[in-house]
Amino acid sequence: MHVLLQALDLVLSWQVIAALLLGSIGGVIIGAIPGVGPAVAIAVLLPATFSLDPLVGLTLLLGIYGSSMYGGSLPAILINTPGTAVNALTTYDGYPMTQRGEALRALGLAYGASFFGAILSIVLLILLSPVLAKIAPMFGSREIFLAALLGITLVIVAHKGQIAAAGMLAGLGILLNSVGMEPVNFTMRFTFGLTWLTSGLDLIVVVLGLFAISQAFLLMVEPNASPKMDGVKGKMSSAIREVFRYKRIAATGGGFGVLMGMIPGVGEFTAQFFSYTAARRTSKAPELFGKGSPEGLVASESANNAVPAAALIPLLALGIPGEALTAMMLSVFYVHNVVPGPALFQGQLHFVYALYIALLLLNVIVIIFMLGSSNLLIRLIKVPTRFLGMGILILSFVGVYSLRNSSIDCLIAAGFGVFGLILKRLNLPIVPIILGMVLGGIMEVKLRASMAQINGPLDFVNRPISGLLAAAIVLIVVVSVLNSIRERLQKKHNKETTALAQ
Amino acid sequence: MIRILSFLAMFRRERRPGDLVFAVAFLVLAALAAAALPSQAKFLGNKEFVSEPGFWPLIGVGMMLLFGGFHLITTLNAPRLPGRLKEVLLWGRSLEYVAWFVVYVFAVPYLGYLPGTVAFAVALSARLGFRSWQELGLAAVFAVAVVLVFKTGLGVKLPGGAIYQYLPPSLRSTFMVNF
Repeated sequence: MHVLLQALDLVLSWQVIAALLLGSIGGVIIGAIPGVGPAVAIAVLLPATFSLDPLVGLTLLLGIYGSSMYGGSLPAILINTPGTAVNALTTYDGYPMTQRGEALRALGLAYGASFFGAILSIVLLILLSPVLAKIAPMFGSREIFLAALLGITLVIVAHKGQIAAAGMLAGLGILLNSVGMEPVNFTMRFTFGLTWLTSGLDLIVVVLGLFAISQAFLLMVEPNASPKMDGVKGKMSSAIREVFRYKRIAATGGGFGVLMGMIPGVGEFTAQFFSYTAARRTSKAPELFGKGSPEGLVASESANNAVPAAALIPLLALGIPGEALTAMMLSVFYVHNVVPGPALFQGQLHFVYALYIALLLLNVIVIIFMLGSSNLLIRLIKVPTRFLGMGILILSFVGVYSLRNSSIDCLIAAGFGVFGLILKRLNLPIVPIILGMVLGGIMEVKLRASMAQINGPLDFVNRPISGLLAAAIVLIVVVSVLNSIRERLQKKHNKETTALAQ
Repeated sequence: MIRILSFLAMFRRERRPGDLVFAVAFLVLAALAAAALPSQAKFLGNKEFVSEPGFWPLIGVGMMLLFGGFHLITTLNAPRLPGRLKEVLLWGRSLEYVAWFVVYVFAVPYLGYLPGTVAFAVALSARLGFRSWQELGLAAVFAVAVVLVFKTGLGVKLPGGAIYQYLPPSLRSTFMVNF
């Protein structure tokens, strides 16, 4: 209780509340504009938050992360275009409802389910925190190394159908992280004698290039588009309340969101997949799924909004980000010398609670904002896409240049911008590069530290948690390979059966 | 032969135009990195292999080669979609905007952040097809807003401009710090 009061004291400062308002409302707007997304916004804002207090900076970024999915459901439902990538499943049932003349109901259900999922996950995590505070100290160097290895493995195998691409891009991330002067023996790695590479490639420069500048280039090289949509009429509050008719589905979705959010490298898509499948399996009208089912909409939106709070668990407890957005937030911690990991849960539990309370408040702010802002958002998001590209490029300059006042960084970011554009056009994943860079760095440091404590390879796995993590890695690789073979054989069998039937 | 074809079928995936160009280019990059590895990452020989400075670059390059090879196989094995040249030309079109960005980056320290950003926003908007006075005005207002929020408001470290030295002394420092 004392810790909670300390946390409340931290949150109730005007700076944190201002960051909450700015982050949550800004996040909704950014999420609602197709083509921007939270990753671009966070990447651009990241360097600006370095001068702020850690809680203020993190609240601002968390606000964008946690609220963008609310905004993203608006174009997904009204014009069949997801505002953020994780709102793609919302289009399946949201847009058909709009076509049936139920736009207000669909929006209300989406907002209500998002709120339900988010609050459920935050409450669960506040209750879980004392347990985590007890488990976190059991993680030494070798456990953190294995957890990071598990993260890399999951990032690769989670990209179904793109495992090879995810693996090679994660490898590129590990190589990029190693560029520069290595800090133990002071030898140069992949600097090719260039002095400006001695300090290595800054993660933020790469992130800004891959996410923000690539998006700007993409919007500018593609034909201009300006979304057209009609306004919605009616009372949003009663539409939001309808979600309580589907509270079992929303609770299941929230549960999957918490579970998947906690596992590094998995995230929203898998949570939505499980939630949607479970809802369809238990529904009395499964044939409506994909054709405008309110249950499908609730399942999808409750799962994705439960993820942001849960994704903070591996980041705060172990210092291991599970996806790109938390990887970006990790740099805010490092800049302020707040080292996430077991010590944070032991020594600064009030800081952890403060983040959760901030998340809770931001969801309340967003749902109040959404009650009357849909038509305002519709007007705001009609910005032509090429104009938006120009805007992102100008904002990216702020982000890159302000890091080290370096024009070279801007050139490197522009290079990664072109690379990111190619990856986006080919529908190849960008996240493995970022996680390769972040987790590669963690693995290098922790493996080196572990070597001083062990005598042989078996010492690596002779503690309960390290043994469990090693077993999980082996199991995931084996199951993923077997699944992949089984799916291919099944596809082949189906093809042969179809050919025979013809 | 049938066995080989069945094995290849396991690596079939959806392909997009330009996929093969990227897969080959990535593998070439991985091979070049592998060739540079002995000269660009040291193995000192006086410590455990995993603690060597070259160990993690080796892992990165190894993954790039291994998975990059698999990626190339899956790409070769996927049904081809037409439009490769068109796609590669579109990638190339982004280089024009790289050039715009580079000019902006190098112009700001001379022109100053405010004049440089307004000029860049207006010129790029015109290039992108927004040529009415209203659209150009909107671009200028956006540029001014960015400067006011980030440099004036948040105090983010962004360059002043060599051009500001020609301003009267009373205005010079204000412009240097805020715009």
